[in-house]
Amino acid sequence: MTAHDRPHATANVSLARRAWNIRRTALRMGAVQGQGYIGQALGIADVLAAAYFHALEYRPEDPEWEGRDRFLLSIGHYAIALYAALMEAGILPEEELDTYGMDDSRMPMSGMASYTPGMEITGGSLGHGLGVAVGMALGLKRKKNPAFVYNLMSDGELGEGSTWEAAMGAAHHRLDNLVCLIDFNNQQADGPSTEMLCAEPLKEKWEAFGWRCQRVDGNDLPAVAAALDAARAATEPKPRAIIFDTRMCKGVPFLEDREIMHFVRVEADEWAKALAVLEEGRPE
Amino acid sequence: MTLASMARKHEPRTVKLDPDGKPARTSAMIASLDAEGYDTVAAPFGHALVAAAREDERIVGLSADLAKYTDLHVFAQAMPERFYQMGMAEALLMSAAAGLAREGFMPFATTYAVFASRRAYDFIAMQIAEENLPVRIICALPGLTTGYGPSHQATEDLAIFRGLPNMTIVDPCCADDVAGMVAAMAAHDGPAYARLPRGRVPKVLTRWKPDYRFELGRAQLIRDGRDALVIATGFMTMRALDAAERLAADGVDMGVLHVPTIKPLDVATILAEAGRGGRLVVTAENHTVVGGLGEAVAAALLTNGVAPTFRMIGLPDEFLEAGALPTLHDMYGLTVEKFAERIKGWL
Repeated sequence: MTAHDRPHATANVSLARRAWNIRRTALRMGAVQGQGYIGQALGIADVLAAAYFHALEYRPEDPEWEGRDRFLLSIGHYAIALYAALMEAGILPEEELDTYGMDDSRMPMSGMASYTPGMEITGGSLGHGLGVAVGMALGLKRKKNPAFVYNLMSDGELGEGSTWEAAMGAAHHRLDNLVCLIDFNNQQADGPSTEMLCAEPLKEKWEAFGWRCQRVDGNDLPAVAAALDAARAATEPKPRAIIFDTRMCKGVPFLEDREIMHFVRVEADEWAKALAVLEEGRPE
Repeated sequence: MTLASMARKHEPRTVKLDPDGKPARTSAMIASLDAEGYDTVAAPFGHALVAAAREDERIVGLSADLAKYTDLHVFAQAMPERFYQMGMAEALLMSAAAGLAREGFMPFATTYAVFASRRAYDFIAMQIAEENLPVRIICALPGLTTGYGPSHQATEDLAIFRGLPNMTIVDPCCADDVAGMVAAMAAHDGPAYARLPRGRVPKVLTRWKPDYRFELGRAQLIRDGRDALVIATGFMTMRALDAAERLAADGVDMGVLHVPTIKPLDVATILAEAGRGGRLVVTAENHTVVGGLGEAVAAALLTNGVAPTFRMIGLPDEFLEAGALPTLHDMYGLTVEKFAERIKGWL
């Protein structure tokens, strides 16, 4: 792969700036509707930046290019974050930002494959993405296509039995072209994930299920990029998992400090304030 | 505390004995249908799928630890590199089938009808039907075709899947239908669900109508009759045809319209036949009377202003008993004798 083929990975823009841009775009979309899963979007922005500007192969002008790495968003309500990443990647036009969540928009509040270029599956009924990823990884192997399948899921989805059916299936079929990314922000609808249905010890669980597993700080960009590299470079015939410990609302301190909740409430006047606070931390 | 609903398990029961003192019948899992007088074919689904797969590279087979019990083992043995064993994991079976379809393949995923319709419904709904992917869900033990009780008897699968947009639903009668259905599905675009007669399967339709060919979405008149018209699906078409012979001997002339495709329903043919000649119209299905063929036909007739005298034969709105299949078919009115008796009673 030459630099020419991957302008998104070689452009002279730092990953930190990409992550910052994703956060800013997500905040602007949240401001459009006065709501949105902004806490999750701010928390996962670093992982998405490293995925879209370091790890993934794709062609912005041809989102269905057969050679692309497949990125599955199992967590439909993280759509606001993925839309921001797809805009940063040039797959979605930034001009559509103001249509987020509106009637006839290509960007519904919960991600759906039939609405949005670059959205591979319909997530939202949680615990579905990894099973579909298993099928796609099997299909890619059948076609001798060297692309990878990435499935982004939440810690809450670890409670779904289907996640573990898929985890066993991926290991059984030795799917070394499958990378599962787990956003561990320890928040789900009713409270901290570890208090709802505790999945710990999580790294050991994935390893016991036959996966190669890493656990890193999901808001430490160099660590995130290195983990994505290691997952891709590994040679064992095993699927790969990366658990990212992330902080909800990362990058906007007054929201980070707010009593952490699954659906972070942002008052009408606070969107502008959040954007202003983010602006202060703008990287080069 | 004994719940009222559980009281029956404490009641003594008397098992019927043969003259030699042995229990009269035993519950049987692999009880082939009582299909007296018909030639049978072994594993028609498996053989038809192998034939279709030779013509279509996209076809792959998946099962959730029930390949041998859904006749998919024939395919797995003939084309092992195109068969995926997903283990006893129905959510994975359906999700992975969706993923393979996304990559351009045409998966035939098999399990039992209870597991597809109950356990894997969300995955079928969101990953297959909503996405309109060409996954074929082929399920054995539809309705009352096992004596294992409600855990294995899919008496409401048609009702469940009829509510699902995009889903094509087929309830084949016999080996003739199964063979035609597989070929038709290979040429079809969207998702499809089929109930599967497995093992030794009778050839019924070509016996009564030698030029019969399954067509997806089409109802076909197998036999005409002046006094009554039965609109039937699945193996109840076989029961209807056998009952029609019996009734003919008693001077009752009964027609049989076979409706193997439950959705989309061939409303035009049903209206044309049901509106012809002022006959008694009876639906017959191996499924609860809630939400299956009977209600679909009733809705089609009523909304189109066709109002014959109308009756439904089907399973009651109950969890059914366990036992031997012939006993249960007799108990719930799915035998030829019971079928004919009810028609006579309504005429």
